[in-house]
Amino acid sequence: MIINSRFFNRSELIGFVALALLLFVILPLTLDVFRLNLVAKYLTYAFVAIGLVLCWGYGGILSLGQGVFFGLGGYCMAMYLKLEASSVANTKIQSTPGIPDFMDWNQITQLPFFWKPFHSFPFTLLAIILVPAFFSFIIGAAMFKRRVGGVYFAIITQAIAAILTILIVGQQGYTGGINGITDLRTLHGWDIRTDHAKFILYFVEVVLLFGCIVAAQFIRLTKLGRILVAMREKEDRVRFSGYSVANFKIFAFCAAAIFAAIGGAMFTLEIGFMSPSFVGIVPSIEMVIYTAVGGRMSIFGAVWGSLLVNFAKTSLSESFPQLWLFGLGALFIAVVLAFPDGLSGIWRDYVQPHIDRLIASRKSKARWADGSVADGAPAE
Amino acid sequence: MGVAALPAITMLPRLSFADVPATSAINTTGLAVTDTEVTVGILHSVTGTMAISETGSVEAEKLAIEQINAGGGVLGRKIKFIQEDGASDWPTFAEKAKKLLVNDKCAAVMGCWTSASRKAVLPVFEQYNGMLYYPTFYEGLEQSKNVIYTGQEATQQIIAGLDWVNKTKGAKTFYLLGSDYIWPRTSNKIARKHIEGHLQGAKVVGEEYFPLGSTQFNSVINKIKLTKPDVIYAIIVGGSNVAFYKQLKAAGIDLSKQTLLTISVTEDEIDGIGGENIAGAYACMKYFQSLDNPNNKAFVPAFKKMWGEKTVIGDVTQAAYLGPWLWKLTAEKAGSFDIDKIAAASPGVEFKGAPEGYVRIHENHHLWSKTRVGKAKADGQYELIYETADLVEPDPFPKGYQ
Repeated sequence: MIINSRFFNRSELIGFVALALLLFVILPLTLDVFRLNLVAKYLTYAFVAIGLVLCWGYGGILSLGQGVFFGLGGYCMAMYLKLEASSVANTKIQSTPGIPDFMDWNQITQLPFFWKPFHSFPFTLLAIILVPAFFSFIIGAAMFKRRVGGVYFAIITQAIAAILTILIVGQQGYTGGINGITDLRTLHGWDIRTDHAKFILYFVEVVLLFGCIVAAQFIRLTKLGRILVAMREKEDRVRFSGYSVANFKIFAFCAAAIFAAIGGAMFTLEIGFMSPSFVGIVPSIEMVIYTAVGGRMSIFGAVWGSLLVNFAKTSLSESFPQLWLFGLGALFIAVVLAFPDGLSGIWRDYVQPHIDRLIASRKSKARWADGSVADGAPAE
Repeated sequence: MGVAALPAITMLPRLSFADVPATSAINTTGLAVTDTEVTVGILHSVTGTMAISETGSVEAEKLAIEQINAGGGVLGRKIKFIQEDGASDWPTFAEKAKKLLVNDKCAAVMGCWTSASRKAVLPVFEQYNGMLYYPTFYEGLEQSKNVIYTGQEATQQIIAGLDWVNKTKGAKTFYLLGSDYIWPRTSNKIARKHIEGHLQGAKVVGEEYFPLGSTQFNSVINKIKLTKPDVIYAIIVGGSNVAFYKQLKAAGIDLSKQTLLTISVTEDEIDGIGGENIAGAYACMKYFQSLDNPNNKAFVPAFKKMWGEKTVIGDVTQAAYLGPWLWKLTAEKAGSFDIDKIAAASPGVEFKGAPEGYVRIHENHHLWSKTRVGKAKADGQYELIYETADLVEPDPFPKGYQ
């Protein structure tokens, strides 16, 4: 295997530029704020999908519980926003003013201790990263050190997603229960509900997304990334070579969890609420589907997959409110049957060769024209 | 149906041009109103776990819209509806509500069922100044300029029923049950306060909650057998009901001897539970399909004609039917489709053609309505046992019950 010395090879660079062009220029110019906000919502899932590319596509660790981390990030952000929205002035009507409305409905008269730190914005930002990181570390350490992997790991993550949902729904006095945490208004005094705010939040999110893409690409290209691939292909061999397989797996799992949590926090900001319906089994599996549709080996594919599946979801359900689920199901089956490598597979097999040929023919023409030898791209 | 109905609509006597107010006069905020049409939204789950409950509401709203159009529409305009699917998923509800208001500029939206979906869309309706007609009986503790609550709030449904069971059955001990979410919990809180504070010598002997969708009730049924309460007060929702009533029957609790009062089982749920499993139980709400009044005698056949002989009509379905009518009457009273004018004109609007008899909108945007107790029969219908003499005042923030 030839080691690529450049950060992006040519086809990745094309993908990077195309995606940047789409998200930074084309979509903001062509869509109204309502549709742009929908795109922002789709992109929050792209964070999770990128994490899954790392941990599932490269590391071979299939997690069916990414909704847990999406939810943890989202809830941390929602707790901060809810406290800000529940000022004494806003909650005069309650029997205990100054606490979130759902606590008042559940006869809680004092803010629980674990809510108190969320008055602080810096603490919230830290918590969005650290809480899921800590949680995924515990799960990862408990599982991978005992060499639990494969299907068993997938089942356990799924069980954790179910447990967390039940916990959130059951403790509704502390968590808002099945309703979730709703009616979020301002971020540090800035009204997040206005069109202007949605527009700015969209760009913040896209910048963060590209940050995650670069981080994921970085991990992929280091030695670590190659060990992940080696582990996926032949775990025992890596172990016998002296590497601590468990630690690498924990790292990949934690990185995926942090990406998911950033997505969750952005989701709360974009949509204005968080509910247990993102934590459970179904959303977690949906997130795996986005990754599969995009192609589980491709970071850009993950973003495209999240965008396309969610776009299909919205447009199918708007056009056929009674039948859209069948349409969506058919789409999944078709993609998996016809293109097992997802969208990135389609790109690689059908589009990329054309581009390569185009570039090659142009190069040869240029060579003919000025007679000099173009120094072709190194290490392709 | 649309194509077949078209000629019939064009045959109807049109209002003369002078009778139809100009669009610019009745729509000053850019809603989807043309010279001949006004657009409203229907937002319910037609897929997912809630579809079974919400389908009745969609059917009732479509029936009301068709009837209003057949009678000439609203302010000379036919109602056109855009239907969106909330997919039993609260964020989807928020997304679709926004679409209906921002993209489609709907003059009103009939929709939502669960409290969670309402909580998810409420900020959207308040931000974009829309009008929501919400059909379900619910927990109260809410009041908004942008919502008309056409179902009962908790105190309307609970207090009259408890008074009735206390007076006629001499009930002193109550066992409270519920699904674990905001509506049953708040309702049981109000029930407990009423039992302990307002009924002589009555007390609560147990209170338990079950996750949504739970099907294991054996342990609580054993506790009920041990404590022998005068009344089982059940607020279990959705599919759990089927398991609960079947297990109750299997455990030998005979509902003709053991009083059970529920506020969550309508004719729609009995369809799933099976009439023979719940016969003898009492339900306390505002509407039963068997109500004997001229409005209901016209409503039930019209509904069955449109949606099939076998459909049953529960409390929420009837409340959903009120939505388009109340909106029409309010728009005509206000002489405008503007949301602010509709919100301001709503209090005092009365609908004399309501299948439940008569309703009037209160200043707090809830409905004055009668509360009724019905006894479940083996054929899946309720037999009316009791109704309040007067309309019960809606009180979403009840003093002394919070």
